[in-house]
Amino acid sequence: MTTDWQDAAAPINRGPEPGGIGAVYRVFGETLRGLKTTLGRVAEGHHVIQYPEEKTPVYPRFRGRHKLHRFEDTGLEKCVGCSLCAAACPAKCIRVVAAENTPDKQVSAGERYAAVYEINMSRCIFCGYCEVACPFDAITMGNDYELSDYHRSDLIFTKEMLLADPPEHTPLRREGE
Amino acid sequence: MVEGTLIMIAKSIVIFAVFLQLVPIILLGDRKLMGRMQSRIGPNRVGPRGAFQPIADVLKLLSKEQFTPATAVPWMMAIAPVISVTTAVATMAIIPFGPYDVWGGGFGLYGIDVSIGLLYFFAFGSLAFYGTMLGGWSSGSKYSFLGAMRAAAQLISYEVAMGLSLLGVAMTAGSLSLVEIVDHQDTIWFVVPQFVGFCIFLVAGFAETARAPFDLPEGDAEIVGGYNTEYGGMRFGSFFMAEYMEVLVISGIAATCFFGGWHGPGPEALAPLWMLLKILVGAVLFIWVRATLPRLRYDQLMSFGWKILLPLATLNVLVTAIVLVAT
Repeated sequence: MTTDWQDAAAPINRGPEPGGIGAVYRVFGETLRGLKTTLGRVAEGHHVIQYPEEKTPVYPRFRGRHKLHRFEDTGLEKCVGCSLCAAACPAKCIRVVAAENTPDKQVSAGERYAAVYEINMSRCIFCGYCEVACPFDAITMGNDYELSDYHRSDLIFTKEMLLADPPEHTPLRREGE
Repeated sequence: MVEGTLIMIAKSIVIFAVFLQLVPIILLGDRKLMGRMQSRIGPNRVGPRGAFQPIADVLKLLSKEQFTPATAVPWMMAIAPVISVTTAVATMAIIPFGPYDVWGGGFGLYGIDVSIGLLYFFAFGSLAFYGTMLGGWSSGSKYSFLGAMRAAAQLISYEVAMGLSLLGVAMTAGSLSLVEIVDHQDTIWFVVPQFVGFCIFLVAGFAETARAPFDLPEGDAEIVGGYNTEYGGMRFGSFFMAEYMEVLVISGIAATCFFGGWHGPGPEALAPLWMLLKILVGAVLFIWVRATLPRLRYDQLMSFGWKILLPLATLNVLVTAIVLVAT
């Protein structure tokens, strides 16, 4: 009696036994089949993305280079320097130093602001916990993944760099793509 | 059909010029076509669509150091690529691109019409292996040595089958001269009566040029680079060039002996074009097979050569002889 799993198992395709007159015929046939396969690839065209010129579009939820945000109407920074992102970060790559807002120097909407906000991109694992931890949606993960540089010191991104628009934009995948 | 010295010199220059221009075309075709067969694009950075890639390769190789290991025999190492290239070019001299006096002026479109054409081809084919063997042995490295030994064993195994496969053609045409062999094919190409011989020649030809699936003398995965492991710079480039030249030579001999040489539709003045086309088709077949078949294991190579190809070739010769005597 056969059980379900035996029916579901894929049939085992064993190759024919070697030797004999049939082997010569099979070798010939299989060679021709191989030649047909490779020629079929020529007709099919290539599957290459010419990387520096063309980029693979990323999905909207792709976690890339971080962005810090401002309020669009007032232009104030959303970050209040609470350091929750730094606490949530498993790689310990975020450094926040908070300072008090004063009436003549109002940087953020809250009482305090981040005087120093640094992300060490060579340590970051792009897990997105900082984004989840932030109570004001001040930090989000962007879509850019081209972050390589020649010096490690250049990979420590400052607040100004994170607030500004990233220099290059990565194509975003459209709906249904 | 005696030709003057001046014509001979001019011919040598033309052969060198044409032949050396064909090599980069095949080289680029090889890389592009193989790329397409592997769903890639192939080289496309140098020049329009990568057309100048061979030039870039050669310039790079020329600017590199000619390294000689401490255990090597330097003069032998230097002479080995020369042997490879020379023999390949010398074989090209007998491949006929057209009949005598087809363009007027009293010369034939071939380097030289030797009456022992096929023997000449085999002689230089064997000499070409001295290049790889000397190069591998004199490098003083174990991988080079292994490659050289493999090349020697491969030559011995497949040269015999190749000779026997062409014997059928020689018997049918009644001559060893390549020009006369082509002349005999004006009604029917020899690939029809000698189909078995052609198949054997093709397989043995792949082995002779040491290209996939018979590239055991190079065998990158097993013995680094085989006989050319220790070579760098243009010496390596010469080996590389000789390999592609041999592809052209084998295609040329195949076109001459089995596919009617310069015969083709249209006026007779187009003869060299037909020949060139046939050679290029042969070269494409080499590339195609290289992109398709994996390398044979060493014992498979040996048993295939001795147990299948050689008896088959002998049988082919016997059957041809019986048919020729009976009719």
